[in-house]
Amino acid sequence: MNAELIRGLCYIAASILFIFGLKMLGSPYTARKGNLVSAVGMLVAITVTLTAMPQANWLWVIAGAGVGSVIGALAARLVKMTSMPEMVGLFNGFGGLASLLVGWSEYHGRWAAAGSTELFTVIAIFLTVLIGGVTFSGSLVAYGKLSGTLAGRPVLYKGQNWVNAAIMLALLALGVFFITRQFDQLSPAGLRYAYATLPAVIVLALTLGVLSTIPIGGADMPVVICLLNSYSGLAACAAGFVIDNTVLIVSGSLVGASGLILTRIMCKAMNRSLANVLFSGFGSAAGGKSASYQGQANPISVEDAYLILEAARSVVFVPGYGMAAAQAQHAVRELGDLLVGNDAEVRYCIHPVAGRMPGHMNVLLAEANVPYELLVEPQDVNPTMETVDVTIVIGANDVVNPAAKEDAGSPLWGMPIIEVDRARTCIVLKRSLNPGFAGVDNPLFFRENARMLFGDAKASITGLVSQFKG
Amino acid sequence: MDAATVSLLFFVFVLAMFLGVELIRKVPSQLHTPLMSGSNAISGVTIVGALIASGHGGDKTAITVLATLAVTFAMINVVGGYLVTDRMLEMFKSKDGKGGKP
Repeated sequence: MNAELIRGLCYIAASILFIFGLKMLGSPYTARKGNLVSAVGMLVAITVTLTAMPQANWLWVIAGAGVGSVIGALAARLVKMTSMPEMVGLFNGFGGLASLLVGWSEYHGRWAAAGSTELFTVIAIFLTVLIGGVTFSGSLVAYGKLSGTLAGRPVLYKGQNWVNAAIMLALLALGVFFITRQFDQLSPAGLRYAYATLPAVIVLALTLGVLSTIPIGGADMPVVICLLNSYSGLAACAAGFVIDNTVLIVSGSLVGASGLILTRIMCKAMNRSLANVLFSGFGSAAGGKSASYQGQANPISVEDAYLILEAARSVVFVPGYGMAAAQAQHAVRELGDLLVGNDAEVRYCIHPVAGRMPGHMNVLLAEANVPYELLVEPQDVNPTMETVDVTIVIGANDVVNPAAKEDAGSPLWGMPIIEVDRARTCIVLKRSLNPGFAGVDNPLFFRENARMLFGDAKASITGLVSQFKG
Repeated sequence: MDAATVSLLFFVFVLAMFLGVELIRKVPSQLHTPLMSGSNAISGVTIVGALIASGHGGDKTAITVLATLAVTFAMINVVGGYLVTDRMLEMFKSKDGKGGKP
């Protein structure tokens, strides 16, 4: 057998490991092993590639890989659990940047060899650079928004969609120019001309990534993160077309597909189309047509809340981004344990888009050692909501807003929500009566069975815990 | 690349997309974050491209610079991605306090 065949077989083995790894990530029982399996696949792919690099500049390869590994390992180890969304976003961006650089470097090699490039390869290089660039700068903006370095509110200006459309048209024109130039019988000067198009494409791709991410607001971040994740896979996939490498194409498209599926799930959970998420600047202004809710909210003290909870036999926690912001997950778990000790049935109901990343709340509660059997989805709780004594809403707002099913004029209309208002009592932990991210007033706060416990979520929960222990 | 190779690559691409959709469709929402983070680590597979690119670097400075940067960033993605995912999944515990068993 020749070396090339063996390498091909090893790449197939690596692909199989990726596929099994992804499959195992689909169940909580096997997920951790699945991640390991896919890591082994990566190791196989890297090792096999290393055996086929006769002209490599080993010093640089080792230096690059070493520095990258150390940075990656340190970042993964040191990051706080609450900063997980932005860290994943940042890693994702680096993957996109790497693909961009691969495309560029492949182009440089072919360009230096003058004119031997094929149409198919040039197109693939263009796509690699384009998708990689959008992934990189888009992820950086997402990182900024998630970490609070940039404002989370959507950035909107007049003619925004026109500007983005113009950039896309310019990219298309540059792309056509870039691709066709390669086949002219070029003079050396013309060849330089053709090369100069590539940096222009990179700059425009980076600009497009920034401009298309800034109009998207904080609470829509789960969708954007999924979409960028998908892009980074597609960028790797395009790089695979450039270098004629199947393992890149297979794993890149697996990631591309999984990102798209997650994007769809997130959009569905908000009853909005992807186009609406990407272009509408949702949450920048309060919905003009929807009714404004007025009424008397019922504020209660920690002591009153304790008395309600003390008598409750069935309690459902509904966490939202506010729980992450207040870092209240450990206090919540402690309260949950005390309630269980008090013979109550305790569940944690998590909306798919609660938080800033798909499954954000699950990770935080897992960090606080909440067993995953207690984490349930809205469709598990809603049908039997009447039998629930108390729902405790912790820093969630839009995902529990009854306007979504009662007010056809509301921007949230049609979004599946957790129907906390149908429980016997609903305690809402909140800083103030301010509307949530979507800028939509929440009639829940004025319901007869709703009780507002104002203040910092962590302080309130800790107060309840000491009442129970008291 | 001849037409046969190109169409073969597309064939692989299309099949892998379908496979990806089938693999992910039924993942419970509580695993969305680790799934995303884990698949993000897989997208670091572009490290293979980066290594191959540095493989035909030879003594050309521009390619060495570009490829070394690509290797560095891809490696951050791979190592960071897998470790962060593992850290997250380590926390997912069942009632009996164990991660991995039902």
